[in-house]
Amino acid sequence: MARKLETFLERLDTTNTVDDLSSLADVLRDTYDVKNMSYLATNLNGLPFVSSTYDPKWAQHYEDQNYMLIDPVVRGALLQFNPLDWKRLDWSSKRTRSFFNEAVDFGVGRQGYTIPIRGPNGQAAIFAINHDSNDPGWDRYLEENAHDFMLISHYFHQKALAATHTTDPIEGRELSPRELDVLKYLGIGLSRGKVAEVLEISEHTLRVYVDSARYKLGALNTTHAVAIALARGVIAV
Amino acid sequence: MIKYIYADQLDNFPLLKDTMFKDRAGQFKVRHGWDVTVDENGYEIDEYDAMNPLYAIWEAPDGTHGGSIRVLPTVGPTMVNDHFSDLAGIKIISPVIWECTRFCISPRLTDGQSKVAASLILSGCELGVRFGLESSIGVVYSHTLPIYRRIGWIPDVIGTSGEEREEISVCLWPINAKVKANICRKSRIAPELVEYWFDQSFPDNAFTPVAIAA
Repeated sequence: MARKLETFLERLDTTNTVDDLSSLADVLRDTYDVKNMSYLATNLNGLPFVSSTYDPKWAQHYEDQNYMLIDPVVRGALLQFNPLDWKRLDWSSKRTRSFFNEAVDFGVGRQGYTIPIRGPNGQAAIFAINHDSNDPGWDRYLEENAHDFMLISHYFHQKALAATHTTDPIEGRELSPRELDVLKYLGIGLSRGKVAEVLEISEHTLRVYVDSARYKLGALNTTHAVAIALARGVIAV
Repeated sequence: MIKYIYADQLDNFPLLKDTMFKDRAGQFKVRHGWDVTVDENGYEIDEYDAMNPLYAIWEAPDGTHGGSIRVLPTVGPTMVNDHFSDLAGIKIISPVIWECTRFCISPRLTDGQSKVAASLILSGCELGVRFGLESSIGVVYSHTLPIYRRIGWIPDVIGTSGEEREEISVCLWPINAKVKANICRKSRIAPELVEYWFDQSFPDNAFTPVAIAA
């Protein structure tokens, strides 16, 4: 499980252009066996940004029919911050059901998971994957992968911000003293266990500090986080 | 039972909403003497309630608020980061960490308070398990820490401030299936019940085999 996440994040790490980002869907298909992936941001450097593996005919049809107005996924993602399991949304009206069936006819998976993303500067984005498994299979799939998609979606968003030269996503998110300590000790080669011991914190807390520092730095792994912090001169070892 | 309700949906539950915000005023303003705002309705409401947080609310048999927590993701503005980061020496921002605040228990509950408290803790834990989170963060009175430990949810204290009964702690709690099972066992609340609460609020429409066919 952790291996899959690493594989994807390593690949994401080497991705720096808009075209590269679009090709990541294939990697996601291979590592997580998803049918489609889509990422949509309302405003990156003044423009909407879309990267998806949907049939372009479906994208066009969706736009022509103005389905955004009735799509329960969109409504959910605008208001809520929790990831949305499509089958837990409100499909009770006839219009939404026929919309769903059309989507399936165009090759969209019957099961889907959409993660709303809020950027610090008011950007909003959604990251979605879909799948064709039956309900029990899908529930197991989500149980296994929900955590990975939470991270993947947010890191994908950070990469999209960077690739479109959108305002520094970490503006106003300087590393805190505790995060600097952790990166510094990891940077001089101490093991996680040793760092936790030196700082008198639990390994769980250490993990939280590292996660937080990584997210602020847009770093996909710990080594990368240390490297960025060194390059920016915020830590010295 | 526990209901999960987003702030923008609270108006659909007028009695729950009314009693929750009034109970919060009673607990945080009157009993704890915190510097919080109570509006003309007698509601304790702050700027985080305006950010469409998710509440987990214990609904008493008479339909009133029995207890509640308020949940927000740390990738957006949070109370801990805005007001308590100096205690912990860190602003924690992570997609897999959500903040849990305004832990409130109704004074109308004469018995079963600890059951409601455990239920609220489990409802927060369940959100984390379902949505793939790793941890939750929050600020509590240090003298309440034994309650969490007793119930099997061992917090990491990452900062403290104040003295004696007023001392507060910024805490991190791990979230995973094992932790949930442990709390369920110690609080004698069936995991199926916790899952039922979640499934009532986020109802599963079952897509297959042909359920969606018009």
